[in-house]
Amino acid sequence: MELLVAVSITCILSAVLAALVVLADAALLDYGECAIRVNGEKEIKVKGGGALLAALMDHKIFIPSACGGRGSCGLCKLKVLEGGGQVLPTEEPYLDEEELAGNVRLSCQIKVRNDIVVEVPEELLRVREFVTTVEGLTDLNYDTKHIRLKLNNGDEIRFTAGQYIQFNVPAYGGSREPVYRAYSIASPAKDVTHVDLVVRLVPNGICTTYVFDVLKQGDQVLINGPYGDFHLRDTDAEILFVAGGSGIAPILSMLHEMAEKGIDRKATFFYGAGTLRDLYLVEETKAFEESVPDFTFVPTLARPEDGWDGEAGLVTEVLDRHVADGKDKEAYLCGSPGMIDAVVEVLHGKGITDDRIFYDKFA
Amino acid sequence: MTPGQNLFVIFFAAVFTNNILLTYFLGMCPFLGCSREVKTALGLGTAVIFVITCTSGLNWIVYEFFLRQGALTWLLGAGAETLDLTYLRFIIFIVVIAAFVQFVEIVIERVSLRLYYALGVFLPLITVNCAILGVSLFMVIRDYSFLSAVAYGFGSGVGWALAIVAMAGIRDRMKKANVPHGLEGPGITLIIAGIMALAFMGFSGIIKL
Repeated sequence: MELLVAVSITCILSAVLAALVVLADAALLDYGECAIRVNGEKEIKVKGGGALLAALMDHKIFIPSACGGRGSCGLCKLKVLEGGGQVLPTEEPYLDEEELAGNVRLSCQIKVRNDIVVEVPEELLRVREFVTTVEGLTDLNYDTKHIRLKLNNGDEIRFTAGQYIQFNVPAYGGSREPVYRAYSIASPAKDVTHVDLVVRLVPNGICTTYVFDVLKQGDQVLINGPYGDFHLRDTDAEILFVAGGSGIAPILSMLHEMAEKGIDRKATFFYGAGTLRDLYLVEETKAFEESVPDFTFVPTLARPEDGWDGEAGLVTEVLDRHVADGKDKEAYLCGSPGMIDAVVEVLHGKGITDDRIFYDKFA
Repeated sequence: MTPGQNLFVIFFAAVFTNNILLTYFLGMCPFLGCSREVKTALGLGTAVIFVITCTSGLNWIVYEFFLRQGALTWLLGAGAETLDLTYLRFIIFIVVIAAFVQFVEIVIERVSLRLYYALGVFLPLITVNCAILGVSLFMVIRDYSFLSAVAYGFGSGVGWALAIVAMAGIRDRMKKANVPHGLEGPGITLIIAGIMALAFMGFSGIIKL
């Protein structure tokens, strides 16, 4: 009897409170239809109450966002000229003084409560959504997959080697809402009908879990892009590529470009992995030594096993050993923030300044 | 002592001698995390004062009419006189606090966007501020009347806000100080908190709860 009363009281009180909150939410937070004016031309009508980023996405205006709207990557910056309200504490860490003065905001943090006027960079308006079919899905090793997507209906994607796309994960068991995750394109820019991606499993990651557990060959996948200004600069400097793990993807695309155009700049690719089982795409990358005029591939293992005759040590140590000085050298890095920061420090020590270091950090 | 004086004593005791933060060390997480700037600390402090005052009153009502021994006689008749649901207070109090914070956030967002930007963004942060749950639990232990509970909640909120604003002021001045590398950030903040607690001990004995 007492137990029954206790359970009922708990349930009733919780239910009443929950109902109150739900009612308040429905009754008070109804903003009706709001208009978003883009670049002074296009006007789109959306239902108020949602995030600006999501509202624009729904209308096929794709703003890059690596974190999927949680305010942790700082990529979805936009000029909000009117109706954005005050800058929120959640945005401040990502905006410098110049951006604050120029009305730059994080579009994922702005709630559409009234009519809004935004300015979207022209190149983002060129970003498109593509419907693709999974043509290949292969294991590169125990925790990484290679995905080959074919664009449907003979559609073509124009991108520069080094750029990335956003992969749409539909609502599934692991996520109630569709989310977007950024992946670099590994395939050559010349092949406009395919997009290759390298996806490493992040434990409990929404997108990677989807790719590993749900995605099958023949499935339809929505992607949008291309984004990013990580690409080969047109100079004569010697090239240092440095990547770790799935950071190999954009470098592969760049190597395709070098092979295709016969670029004869001296280039060395330092590719770091933990142990032998973490290493993949070695044969494919090694093959570029034949097709790219002056290219050397240096895979390194942090914890080499018996029988490994390549370089040993962290990629930063190997880089330190191989590069005598940074004169006339450019560096292209892709990998985890920790790796990039460590590599940048080594490069600074070699006299390579920030204007000759280009990188793509996993957010 | 008249009842009015009693409320006054409870309020001042909660602010100074029995400061919820500096004598019970409750609500430490936002105290350390949001005390970098005086403006932020003031916003968060105001939000805590408001929520702690309202929830101590609300929880008193819930306790008095649902949880206390024999509280359910108004609903279940004389048979419920021995029924004691006090052990449910942890879960019920936290549910009340969470729902109240959500509700207030929604209302503020609708009523005044200015207030929402100043206060509302802090509200989700304080749902899990243990000082707020702590006040509701202490109020039960001390067997307060409704007005005493509200006065105690208000006093605790003011005390918490006072402590965090003082901390933010100190940290603001510390920005130019040469802190040993290993102590930067949370380390030195905890030491400051300790010294502040010692300073507040100077109040003890003036009034007793």
